[in-house]
Amino acid sequence: MALITGKKCGDEEMGALGLETEVAEARTTFDSGKTKGFEWRKSQLEALLRLLQEKEEDMLKVLKEDLGKHRVEAYRDEVGALTKSVDNALLNLKKWMAPEKVSLPLVAVPTVAEIVPEPLGVVLVISSWNFPIGLSLEPLIGAIAAGNAAVLKPSELAPATSEFLAVEIPKYLDCEAIKVIQGGPQVAEQLLDLKWDKIFFTGSAQVGRIVMTAAAKHLTPVTLELGGKCPAIFDSLKSSRDQRMAVGRVAGAKWGSCLGQACIGIDYLLVTDEYAPTLIELLKGVIKEFFSNSEHLARIVNKHHFQRLCNLLQDESVAASVVHGGSVNAEELFIEPTILLNPPLDKEIMTEEIFGPLLPIITLKKIEDSIEFLRARPKPLVIYAFTHDEKFKQRIVDDTSSGCVMFNDTLIQYLCDTIPFGGVGQSGFGQYHGKFSFDNFSNRKPVGRRNFLIEFSFRYPPWNEKKLQLLRHIYRFDYIGFVLCFLGLKR
Amino acid sequence: MEGKTSNEVFNREKAEATVKELRQSFRAGKTKTYEWRAAQLEGIARLIKEKESEITQALRSDLAKPEMESYLHEISLAKSACLFALKNLKKWMKPEKVPAAITTFPSSAQIVSEPLGVVLVISAWNYPFLLSIDPVIGAIVAGNAVVLKPSEIAPATSELFAKILPEYVDSSCIKVVEGGVPETTALLEQKWDKIFYTGNGKVGRIVMAAAAKNLTPVSLELGGKSPVLVDSDVNLKVAVKRIAVGKWGCNNGQACIAPDYIITTKSFAPQLVEALKVTLERFYGKNPLESADLSRIVNLNHFKHLTDMLDEENVSDKIVCGGQTDEKQLKIAPTLLLDVPHDSLIMKNEIFGPLLPIVTVDKLEDSFEIINSMSKPLAAYVFTKNKKLEQEFLSNVSAGGILVNDVALHLANLYLPFGGVGESGIGAYHGKFSFDAFSHKKAVLSRGFAGEAGARYPPYTPEKQWILKGLINGSIVALFLALFKRF
Repeated sequence: MALITGKKCGDEEMGALGLETEVAEARTTFDSGKTKGFEWRKSQLEALLRLLQEKEEDMLKVLKEDLGKHRVEAYRDEVGALTKSVDNALLNLKKWMAPEKVSLPLVAVPTVAEIVPEPLGVVLVISSWNFPIGLSLEPLIGAIAAGNAAVLKPSELAPATSEFLAVEIPKYLDCEAIKVIQGGPQVAEQLLDLKWDKIFFTGSAQVGRIVMTAAAKHLTPVTLELGGKCPAIFDSLKSSRDQRMAVGRVAGAKWGSCLGQACIGIDYLLVTDEYAPTLIELLKGVIKEFFSNSEHLARIVNKHHFQRLCNLLQDESVAASVVHGGSVNAEELFIEPTILLNPPLDKEIMTEEIFGPLLPIITLKKIEDSIEFLRARPKPLVIYAFTHDEKFKQRIVDDTSSGCVMFNDTLIQYLCDTIPFGGVGQSGFGQYHGKFSFDNFSNRKPVGRRNFLIEFSFRYPPWNEKKLQLLRHIYRFDYIGFVLCFLGLKR
Repeated sequence: MEGKTSNEVFNREKAEATVKELRQSFRAGKTKTYEWRAAQLEGIARLIKEKESEITQALRSDLAKPEMESYLHEISLAKSACLFALKNLKKWMKPEKVPAAITTFPSSAQIVSEPLGVVLVISAWNYPFLLSIDPVIGAIVAGNAVVLKPSEIAPATSELFAKILPEYVDSSCIKVVEGGVPETTALLEQKWDKIFYTGNGKVGRIVMAAAAKNLTPVSLELGGKSPVLVDSDVNLKVAVKRIAVGKWGCNNGQACIAPDYIITTKSFAPQLVEALKVTLERFYGKNPLESADLSRIVNLNHFKHLTDMLDEENVSDKIVCGGQTDEKQLKIAPTLLLDVPHDSLIMKNEIFGPLLPIVTVDKLEDSFEIINSMSKPLAAYVFTKNKKLEQEFLSNVSAGGILVNDVALHLANLYLPFGGVGESGIGAYHGKFSFDAFSHKKAVLSRGFAGEAGARYPPYTPEKQWILKGLINGSIVALFLALFKRF
């Protein structure tokens, strides 16, 4: 394994000056043109793949340490998903980098045009703590594939992972172009003060505003991957087999992925009054089947979030609505899968994103009412719906808005490279995954070419009526009229 | 129709009420149907046809814009944008089926375009008709409700919009708000689903900062110094004509994609200057200040900005052609300058006027350093027959758009994205790119219950991990096991 650069990268203490120097080096490296070539990008992606393969055990270990993720969950949600993404990028890199030919109107003939993707320059990736490896490297794949230099600031709330990335990435990737800078809000602030060609942020809406405001100073384009309260609409499904499967998927999405601390995890369920009791019983059964051993569940990331979640249950009316679970373990930062039935809609548990293992079930008279319910609320990252009713499905797509709509399953949209992943409204803007990642970090530059052979004199002053007439014909693609007018045979 | 009457001022309350009304219209689903969108576009097409002379008149009043330019650069481009949108509307509105991945098998996937909601379009003064109606067409075609705030620096056009637009479109969903800084500020305080701004970088920053408060995505169509690299191997006569019409034939240089400055070799510069002089006289006569084919400078403020550049020490003595000004008529003649200092005002700021500095270098390859020392422009041009130089230009110059051997044309091509990069802006539009700029691309993934991968769920075992690994790597065997193995 040869490093692209001869420079040796060790750990250096990062003071404020160190930070700026690192970023300046990334800038110099980008300006040298090194990151633009196909070979460099390919080599970096291959190096990432090697990192994912050779350091798999270490990754699973730090994810267990930071979040208590079981190794299978960690593989499924982070390491494995990244492997797929890097493979996909390597497979398609040449195609993505190729200019796209475009057709042109008559007035410009014989011009030829194409759209050429070029890197933006030096980009900043700020990632989140809940999928600390996935949400750091997935955007990085896009940045590298598009030919940029990049600085990654992993979340300080997942410290073992942050340290892992800071140590391992320089060993595998070109450390003159790809930097990892560790730190908390202060370091983030310092980074945000600098001029970037793009900022890719995953996190909360509150910090998203800060990021965008800072970006505005330099007119830096941003992508904000935020969150929201992702609902799952649960319609009555005919067969008990389908019901059981659906409930399994719901349980997997609520508790099986970072214990509910996921932007695309299910926040709450919408179901009819009639069906709710059945659903609750099914959920209880599945919880027992999947999660009896708490080893197979992640834990709450830190005391602050643990307290936040406990506080959601403090309110009397909310506590009274708990129908399953509710027990907490402060020492282990663990909250067991908890189901609530109709907590009041004006309490925090129903107005703020939960980001934890508490599952409110809101009942409605009929399932179609879920559409109005959703329209009255901010647009989430995803709307899930379990239903066989094709008309209802169409109504959900037509009458609600969200980053994504997923029918009859959960979470797997994250693995599909052919659809864009991103939010709308309060859940953010900008999209990635697959080619969308490449485009996200590119400038799609149109290039038009002309030669000197054919010249239209009527393009130029001094102006007169005849020239105006000729142009009218051209713009209406009225070639015959144009020719006649040109020859003086038509007024 | 919201307008500034003598007694009312468009303040925060009015802005709130306007947005509320539009939100209600949008909620009611009015703007989403094909029929509504087509009807609005047809209305705009009729407006352009029936009010062509009023539009031309307003442009003459605001900018002394020659009728040809009004037709060529504003009216006809607006018309083609409208007709192109009408022709393609149905196609653009259709969901796009995409292949689903093996990891999600069996599933079906599509991307559905939906409107963002209620959007704000703030337009500029130099192409006041086009830069207002073009983004509005995009907003409509994507199914949004929209507020248009035309530039107050082109008051005749602004007033025209406020008066006639409601006659041709659904004013419960499409509104015009006239005004300057206070009105724009009131609008920017509201929560929009998208803001589309055309103008300069200073205000662009204000717009983006305001948008950040509501996490509103923005498109910023800004400007920059568009360079023109001229090689000596070109057909000089043709090249110079194209440069001239791109510079002075576009609102007398007050265009975001007009050539800002030329770079050429020291040895070629004299020929280039001579050719330009000849062409300028052919286009505008011996007394360009009296030519009816030249726009005037938009206002005194901007006039002074340009004369300040000309009067600067070490710059005024570099004028090799033109330089005449008429403050009363706000006219400045096409002016060529040779080798002004690199740190002069005219080389540090976007000129946006009829002054054309020519920078000379020893060899053309030296020009890239000069170009890249400035912020990324909206457009960059190179005149050459040398394929190698052309390729170097493409690889080394980052800009919103590049044109080889011509100037400004890419603006008219509805198949090319029009927008900036870096300081020249964020986002692109024209043609389908307009539709996309005002849409949310919603992924819709559909599965059934036919196959269930028990390996997804706890309790986790090494065997499950093995299957998941295989599944993620696209292994058919793993897929088979994943679907059919019971745990």
